[in-house]
Amino acid sequence: MTPFTAILRKDLRVELRTLRSLPAMALFAVTAFVIFRFGLDRTSLDGELAAGVLVPTLLFAALLAINRLFVAEREEGGFELIRLAPIDRTVLFAAKASALVIYLVVLELIAVPIFALFFLDTASGLVPFALVLVLADIGLAATGTVISTIATMSSARDLLAPLILLPLLVPLVIAAAGAGEHLLSAGGPDYGGFGKWLGLLGLYDLVFLLVGYATFDFLLED
Amino acid sequence: MATALQQITLRRLAIVTVAVMGAGYALAFLYAPQDATEGFAQKIFYLHVPLAIVSLLGFIVAGIHAIRHLRSGDPKHDARSYVSIHISVILGLAVLLTGAIWAKSQWGVWWEWREPTLVSFLIVFLLYATYYPLRYAIEDRDRQARYASVFAITAGAFVPLNFLAVRLAQPYIHPRTFSSSGGLPGEMLLAFLVCLAGMALLWLTLVWFELDAKAASANLGRIRRALEAS
Repeated sequence: MTPFTAILRKDLRVELRTLRSLPAMALFAVTAFVIFRFGLDRTSLDGELAAGVLVPTLLFAALLAINRLFVAEREEGGFELIRLAPIDRTVLFAAKASALVIYLVVLELIAVPIFALFFLDTASGLVPFALVLVLADIGLAATGTVISTIATMSSARDLLAPLILLPLLVPLVIAAAGAGEHLLSAGGPDYGGFGKWLGLLGLYDLVFLLVGYATFDFLLED
Repeated sequence: MATALQQITLRRLAIVTVAVMGAGYALAFLYAPQDATEGFAQKIFYLHVPLAIVSLLGFIVAGIHAIRHLRSGDPKHDARSYVSIHISVILGLAVLLTGAIWAKSQWGVWWEWREPTLVSFLIVFLLYATYYPLRYAIEDRDRQARYASVFAITAGAFVPLNFLAVRLAQPYIHPRTFSSSGGLPGEMLLAFLVCLAGMALLWLTLVWFELDAKAASANLGRIRRALEAS
């Protein structure tokens, strides 16, 4: 077993046993959809309104999990042990980011069908939209892992991560909502600008994976 | 001796800054022609655009200092990165204010959400505003410097990406200063470039001044502690 799979398996097993993050995220997303249903007083959404409800809700639900990513690690002394272990520190970045991607995919597997049930007349746009969401998840995991490490080590903890992440994630929200606006339109998916948004998401992922890979080492030094 | 030399060069830099900025705005008001459609209100262009360019470049410079800091571990680079962001945030506030004034005179509204340049600048400004709570939330000096550097690098990479994203999302109505179709007439361009150079010098002067002030107050603290100990 490589250190990467060891850390990833440990994280997933902890989550499966304690269920600290995922149920809360899913519950948050579903509650938000219910609130939107009353707030907007609409039984079906399409186009930009559908994307505008779905994408920010997923983003806010994701922020809940990002905060939890390193809290246990810090409280139980996991950081010290990983620092002592003779492994490359960027392995921790890769494992944490992968764990976060998995959390987000699971969240979307629960929340997006419920969203479709609540609001969408046709679900055919969700298949290409899944690709958009996966690319957005990778970008979210890359920036989220770096910022969450910073936040966990600071005294402001839970306050700092959403504060820094929200503006930092704006390009992802724009791209996902921009693609969703066309894919979730009432008459079935429309691929206008689809390639453009995928390109932007890919570029964002690449840039912040590189930034995370290059800087993560400095966050663990003591 | 070294600090005395620095004092002189900071003073010289300040004098040059005042001269270049004075010349730039004299050119802008007296030499550059009045804009045919926008009239006198267009003159704010010579303030707003240099402010925006210099403030964004300042964020990039802060990122470069941050990379140097992580590579060398020298706190000097962290201080430069910090002060660069600090001055750029102040200029950024001025960008938002002058932009709003210009938007009011040109489009009749103080703020235009459909305009990508405005919105993306606001997002960049909001991101860098979180630099202060981040720094003050970490007590350990070394760690604070390292984490602030990681933030400065991440945010520096974010600046161009964010502009790309917001620009892709919306049609523009913001004037393109250097578009492929013609651009500015010669007199305006000259005045603009001198104003831009003046603004860049102003940024440099302010950064230098702030760094000197920080070093002086650190020295003062050290001397005071030494006096109290003796």
